[in-house]
Amino acid sequence: MNIEALGITRRDFLKYCSALAVYMGLPAALGTKIAEAAMSAKRPSVIWISGQECTGCVESLLRLNHPTLETLILEKISLDYSETLSTPAGHLAEEAMQKAIEENKGKFLLVVEGAVPVKDGGIYCKIGGKPFVDIVKDTAQHAAAVIAIGSCASWGGVASAEPNPTGATPAWKVLEGMKIPVVNLPGCPANPYNFISTVMHYLTFNKLPELDGKLRPKFAYGRLIHENCERRPHFDAGRFAYAFGDEGHRKGYCLYQLGCKGPETYNNCPTQLYGDAGSNTWPVGTGHPCFGCSEQHVGFHIPLFTQAKVQQPTAGPGYPAADSAKGSPVTVGAAAVLGAGVGAVLGASAVVAKNLKKASADQPTEKHPE
Amino acid sequence: MARRITVDPVTRIEGHLRVDCDIDQGKVTNAWSSGQMWRGIEVILKGRDPREAWLFTQRICGVCTTVHALASVRAVENALDMEIPLNAQYIRNMIITAHALHDHIVHFYHLSALDWVDLVSALKADPNEASKIGESLSNWTGNSRKEMAAVQARLKTFVDSGQLGIYANGYWGHPAMKLSPEVNLLAAAHYLQALQIQRKANQIVSILGSKTPHIQNLAVGGVANPINLNEPSTLTLTELTHIKTLIDELGTFVNEVYMVDVGAIGAFYADWTQYGAGVTNYLCVPELPLDTRGTKFELPGGYITNGDISTFKPLAGFHDAEFEKNVSESVKHAWYEGDATRHPYEGETEPKYTDFQDNGKYSWVKAPTFKGKPAQVGPLANVLCMSAAGHEPTKKHLGRLLGIVEGLAGSKIPLTALHSTIGRHAARAVRAGVYYEALNNQWNLLMENIGRGDTDTFNPPVFPKGEQSGVGMHEAPRGVLSHWIVIKDGKIKNYQCVVPSTWNAGPRNAQDELGPYEASLVGNPVADPDRPLEVVRTIHSFDPCLACAIHLHDPKTGQRVTVQAL
Repeated sequence: MNIEALGITRRDFLKYCSALAVYMGLPAALGTKIAEAAMSAKRPSVIWISGQECTGCVESLLRLNHPTLETLILEKISLDYSETLSTPAGHLAEEAMQKAIEENKGKFLLVVEGAVPVKDGGIYCKIGGKPFVDIVKDTAQHAAAVIAIGSCASWGGVASAEPNPTGATPAWKVLEGMKIPVVNLPGCPANPYNFISTVMHYLTFNKLPELDGKLRPKFAYGRLIHENCERRPHFDAGRFAYAFGDEGHRKGYCLYQLGCKGPETYNNCPTQLYGDAGSNTWPVGTGHPCFGCSEQHVGFHIPLFTQAKVQQPTAGPGYPAADSAKGSPVTVGAAAVLGAGVGAVLGASAVVAKNLKKASADQPTEKHPE
Repeated sequence: MARRITVDPVTRIEGHLRVDCDIDQGKVTNAWSSGQMWRGIEVILKGRDPREAWLFTQRICGVCTTVHALASVRAVENALDMEIPLNAQYIRNMIITAHALHDHIVHFYHLSALDWVDLVSALKADPNEASKIGESLSNWTGNSRKEMAAVQARLKTFVDSGQLGIYANGYWGHPAMKLSPEVNLLAAAHYLQALQIQRKANQIVSILGSKTPHIQNLAVGGVANPINLNEPSTLTLTELTHIKTLIDELGTFVNEVYMVDVGAIGAFYADWTQYGAGVTNYLCVPELPLDTRGTKFELPGGYITNGDISTFKPLAGFHDAEFEKNVSESVKHAWYEGDATRHPYEGETEPKYTDFQDNGKYSWVKAPTFKGKPAQVGPLANVLCMSAAGHEPTKKHLGRLLGIVEGLAGSKIPLTALHSTIGRHAARAVRAGVYYEALNNQWNLLMENIGRGDTDTFNPPVFPKGEQSGVGMHEAPRGVLSHWIVIKDGKIKNYQCVVPSTWNAGPRNAQDELGPYEASLVGNPVADPDRPLEVVRTIHSFDPCLACAIHLHDPKTGQRVTVQAL
């Protein structure tokens, strides 16, 4: 890649790559290696296939600023197929894809967007006359690795919500037994920076970033939203919003009582944000609870206003430690709040405890399915 | 002897679309439009809390993100006969217009311009000449010689790499490509600049909506954004000032670049005003409510019959019985049991997949009709209706665009030229001009209202025992959208969506009349059936969105699902 032709100096590009390395949790010195990989002669092939999706994950790429989508596809990778973006249509597009597979056998990255409907022989999604489930398997067998982008490809997403009418299935499950590495990037849609950083990691180090037990890169999904939320101090201090527009909501308090799923959802929304548009640009930042769109069995499964299970309760410094040996997870969360003493808004700890079980008078809390 | 071609997948659209055409002596003589994917989102909604339906329906489409969320909360509010705080209306209206501006810009430059613009030809251009042409047409500062040279160098580096990626196998050098290398280079520069500017529109949506695609600031009863000028972590002057800056940047691009480019394409491809009219019954609904009940709107709606603007009849608003009464849909040619035509509230459907049958069933999309006839929806319908309704900003921008075309083509362009493939692009650009002004206006209204001391953004919904039903209407970027909900004891009993791309992409109806895509293809020239660029041109002019067009119910449980106007 000729970065100078793009009006980017080599020095600036190295700086950018060092910053990228730090963002991925790597030593800044590795930025040089990232830069070299990015500037290598042949751009690595990426093939993007789409099944039961809404195209939101492709759309999210349009919001990228660093690098931009145009920089990504003109200078960093060779995006050899995308139903949404490919210039040619029909057989001309299919030919281009087959050619890219032939030329990059065992080397290309396959991005799967959307769930894979497996019911009734896969008739609920066909492209070029072929069921999507067959396209996924046939293409993946030649790929170096598969990136399942978005919640649909990662765990079925909205299409797999009860009663899952079409048998919407995640990519990893369809590919089980094929010995092809799969990385999940859940989110609805996935944050495009999590995608681009995963790609850069793979291109630079020739391996996928470290994954958790659900095949998610730890650099992006290693922490609960609750752990990095800017409203966490309000949670610890027992300051909550109980309804949109109430005093707590208008003071930027914690949205836990409104059903926020931050305590059981792993993602980097509060630190990465969306759209590079300033400090509040993520759901909790604008005043709406997280609904767990990126977490399997949470988003599209647990109702919006149902309270989250507090998975890792911790009290803030100076507060008594929560006793995790007692009671249900919600009770443990309550312990953290009670440990904070009297909630300023509510006046009495008894009220705090009561309200932890009851989002508000007109919004009865529903039982959290186990 | 007619030759059959199948374009599957149609690319540079949302979703999975197959188009078949019979071609005889260089012209399309018959056409079929077929949706190829189905998920069943309405089935999934049954029994859920109506307050969270919008989170599910928004996932119908990530390109038409926001629109299915808005239509959903409006449907529930309509069922509960709710009023919405003014601030919430204004915030929603700003999201609607900012999203539509992004959508129209991306549609023209990134999803359809390469039907008319030959990127490879731009390599041969003289950057000086390209710059001169650009500067003669507008005051845009991005048309400098240096800019043209830089874009050309970037393209050259890319093409020289031998890895053409998504541009491989494009329609480069196709006989239907008519622009000079210099105009192609100018368009290529704007293709890249448009990517930058659409991010600004998305930033407006992100600031108000939390993120995009798929905003997360809505609530049945208003919005979740608290307005508090004296607290951090709420909507304050910091965010609102940021938004105003972004609006101004968008306006410059829409007026100085987008509108001008569409005018130029219209002039250079004036022959395409003869093709692609198709169905000329037009339908749109009013949008941008200005009061808490949704009875006054900034943008008017209505319908036109047989392309005759004098037949225009207005639609009043969210409770208009004229609209509600006259929508029906046929499954005769869609993959559902039977061949009935029913009103959305009365329909019963069950999937019946038969594979592709020319004279039988061939699509997951149903065929909706308005007053028994197919109707075209979208920017063209919207602009013709708003113009007929005497909406001044629409008339102004339409006049300006036609003036640009006439100036370049050197001939008078009649309004009837809009009934065409190129007319749909023109209408989209006109609507972008209208939407920019409306976005600015909605920002002013919000600021004035906050200035009056009103910071309300939410009225809590109350769900009484028993059954309520309602419809949520929205004039979306691709046209008329309506969500229909039945609520029983606070839970969703039934849910249906009638979506813009259902209207346009639908198959033949009960009378075997062609749907708008199909009708618009008949008569299109096709120079090379192996590279049917002209077919793609006309289909793209509608801005297809197939994920939107299709949804419905569970084939295996035997459960009969009422309605589904998709």
